[in-house]
Amino acid sequence: MPAVVSVEHLHKAYGPVVAVEDVSFAVEDGEIFGLLGPNGAGKTTIVECLQGLRRADGGTLRVLGLDPQTQGRELRGRVGSQLQESALPDRIRVWEALDLFASLTPGAADWRMLMEQWGLAGKGKASFASLSGGQRQRLFVALALVNEPQVVFLDEMTTGLDPAARRVAWELVEAIRARGTTVVLVTHFMDEAERLCDRLAVVDRGRVVAAGSPPGLIDLHAPQRLVRFSTTAPDCDFLYRVPGVEAVTRRGESVEVAGTGPVLALVAAALVERGIVPADLRAERATLEEVFLRLTSHRAGEEEA
Amino acid sequence: MTTLRKMVAVELKLFLREPLTVVFALALPLITLFVLGGVFGNTPEAGFYAGVGAMDFYTPAYIGLVLASIGVISIPAHLAGNRERGVLRRFRASSVPAAVVVGSEVAVSLLIALVSGVVLVACALVMYGAAPPQSAWLLMPAFLLSGLVFATLGAMLGTLLPTARAAQAAGMLLWFVMLFLGGAGPPPEVLTGALGWLRHGVPLTYSVGVLQGPWLGTGWNWADAGILAAIGLAAALVTALRFRWE
Repeated sequence: MPAVVSVEHLHKAYGPVVAVEDVSFAVEDGEIFGLLGPNGAGKTTIVECLQGLRRADGGTLRVLGLDPQTQGRELRGRVGSQLQESALPDRIRVWEALDLFASLTPGAADWRMLMEQWGLAGKGKASFASLSGGQRQRLFVALALVNEPQVVFLDEMTTGLDPAARRVAWELVEAIRARGTTVVLVTHFMDEAERLCDRLAVVDRGRVVAAGSPPGLIDLHAPQRLVRFSTTAPDCDFLYRVPGVEAVTRRGESVEVAGTGPVLALVAAALVERGIVPADLRAERATLEEVFLRLTSHRAGEEEA
Repeated sequence: MTTLRKMVAVELKLFLREPLTVVFALALPLITLFVLGGVFGNTPEAGFYAGVGAMDFYTPAYIGLVLASIGVISIPAHLAGNRERGVLRRFRASSVPAAVVVGSEVAVSLLIALVSGVVLVACALVMYGAAPPQSAWLLMPAFLLSGLVFATLGAMLGTLLPTARAAQAAGMLLWFVMLFLGGAGPPPEVLTGALGWLRHGVPLTYSVGVLQGPWLGTGWNWADAGILAAIGLAAALVTALRFRWE
């Protein structure tokens, strides 16, 4: 099956400022694909080019087999979009917005059902201005889905939401995928990307610096695991002989073993062999955040300079 | 077409939900009548007002003034404001055609203008004893043409000016210049020298010419109608070429 979205060597500059240097990736049918990167990395420019809202300076783009440059209008009728920095008139009511946007597509979804599904049923007559951040977000998602799209682009949908509203938004994204809709998710939140994305591309300074599934990226870029336990045994240096172990640090009774590969199982076996059976043996692995910081750390250093 | 109809309905409701704009649209023609009508009275004066009573002369001019206010003050601020706030961005992402965005603005302002116009004419006839139009049939196309041209001019200003504030300021400025030079304020006879020349540069002059013809019974003013239509077409062209979503 051909990719739902394919990007090859996308390049885009705003005057002398290069926003996207050279970006390539492909999104498969039915997955949640993340574009993860620090602010200003070029993520929004990429999705705007994909929707034909901006003209790419170079590269080949295809969304649902259409070229966003020349078939933008047709394309925007078939994809859903939740944009950063967009709004509705203050005094428009929820039902009016849904009804208006539904009228754009022949065979659009029943907006009354969408209103129900996205928890806006009691808010039909509420004005846009009176909605909370989370409610607006849900309205935008409902508007993005009203044309029964095959792909939706969600750009920073949880920015500005409180933690509870973010959780709800995550459930919404999973619910969209459950309908069979492919999702392209733009975010700078690591936890969000790790929790939601099947695959993702880490974008920094207009380039894809890493791509893969969240666990795959962690294995590749931050393979180290930490095994922690406490013991009264005086000497733990034997653990250095366990394959994969790189460092053993001891602070009072608590011991921290750093290493790669299946260190938890091997360390556990070595301890048991010595008659040490700690009750609190546990392993921690790196999160996407560490991968991200490792891949994009040059930037933070520069900003401080 | 369905979308345009719904957009017009929504825009009309949005207009009615904004109490200040409603008051402005209804009060402006009345204030104009009250103040200017009070100043000029309705007695024919030799050498002024083309030989008719001031109120007879001015009522069609005030219609032009009201059409201009809705076109060049309300539309630019609304359009530029929607762009500034990201409303147009939202519309574009859902592939709302630009023609629907601009078309609904024009249609709504024509509807508002119609109500304002009726209020104005009724008050002029009843309260100030102005003479009714000689040809109501010719007045309609004159009204429609003027309304369309001012709405298109407003759309052009809203397209060219970057922010709601800038658009509003420019619209206000244009409206005041037109008020003084376009034949709805000081009678054209007192605008001599440079002012006499300048008055040929403001669209209201031609709108007033087109509206006064049927009202005073001098017939359809082809010359002014032609110039007015050319202004409208030019503004429509600029709007179409320069329309920006963000």
